Amino acid sequence: MIVNYGYTDGSGDYYIVIDTDKCDGCGKCVDACPQNVLELAEDDYGDIVVRVRDEVKSKVGYVCLGFNPGCSKNEVNCRSVCEHDVISHTW
Amino acid sequence: MIVAGVDIGSLSGETVLMRDGEILSYSIVRTGADSAKTAEKATDEALDNASISFGDIEYTVATGYGRVIVPFADKNITEISCHARGANYLFPTVRTILDMGGQDCKAIKCNDVGKVTNFAMNDKCAAGTGRFCDVMAEVLDEPLEDIGRISLEAERDAMVSSACAVFAKSEVVSLLRKGTPKSEILSGVHEAIATRVFALLQRVGIEADFVITGGIAKNIGVVRKVAEKVGMNPLISDEPQIVGAIGAALFAEELCKKAKHKDRSKSQ
Repeated sequence: MIVNYGYTDGSGDYYIVIDTDKCDGCGKCVDACPQNVLELAEDDYGDIVVRVRDEVKSKVGYVCLGFNPGCSKNEVNCRSVCEHDVISHTW
Repeated sequence: MIVAGVDIGSLSGETVLMRDGEILSYSIVRTGADSAKTAEKATDEALDNASISFGDIEYTVATGYGRVIVPFADKNITEISCHARGANYLFPTVRTILDMGGQDCKAIKCNDVGKVTNFAMNDKCAAGTGRFCDVMAEVLDEPLEDIGRISLEAERDAMVSSACAVFAKSEVVSLLRKGTPKSEILSGVHEAIATRVFALLQRVGIEADFVITGGIAKNIGVVRKVAEKVGMNPLISDEPQIVGAIGAALFAEELCKKAKHKDRSKSQ
């Protein structure tokens, strides 16, 4: 399942896109995130996968630093630690 | 085996009772301030319609915005999975679902067995929601049920540039002052809603067949505008509001069978 967490507003698209079929629930991305955006939880089909925390969903564009403008400059980020390319960002 | 699916939304609550994969009865009630009471009321009505008692229900799955506070639910499952499952039950060929509820709007893609493959949701603003239509009907002083039909009488769309309920409301008020016909204003409002939900649909990708669920599916004006943009006529069930509850009942049946199977293997 591909899950789009986020929204479109006047300034652009702010979605964190998670492909849960590829996720093995290792949780490395949860630790790598400097903003505490992610968590592990059971989905409706009984698999433990990564998701965006409920409190963050409606303010993704403000809490997450974004990949291109923000975390891509960090040595470690949610995308670099993932072996299966589960997470992507639209900004 | 009788199971129940209870969908507690922000504006309405629905219960579907199912026996061996067939719908026995359903009910739709308006959500009050107390979600637990709404769930009880909806379920009582459905039980009355089917002339059975609460004790006959073997398993209950709750879904929707208020799913965590349904006191008698055995499990709760997100409305996204339930809508996909319910739409797949009604229309097995469906791959894209647009659910326009009272308080949020979801675009869902599913596979041939009704499992979600991609979804996006707008729960940040009122664009594309039942509440938006509610507000517009109130400003124009027309019953909610009639605004779809009225909008079809329009020869052109009045320009409503905002999909924000607050700003659109003030735009509509100034259009009324200018003497713009109600039909043209409504047509413009529906155009604004359709533009917004179309962007959401494009995020997940549109694939045939396409279905619209939720209360707004009853608004023919919005449905036509969305169909124009998508380039496909949507499938709409007789009662689009209960699709989520049907999905929940199907999950309940599956989980009930699993639980029974477990019990049996334990006792052996």
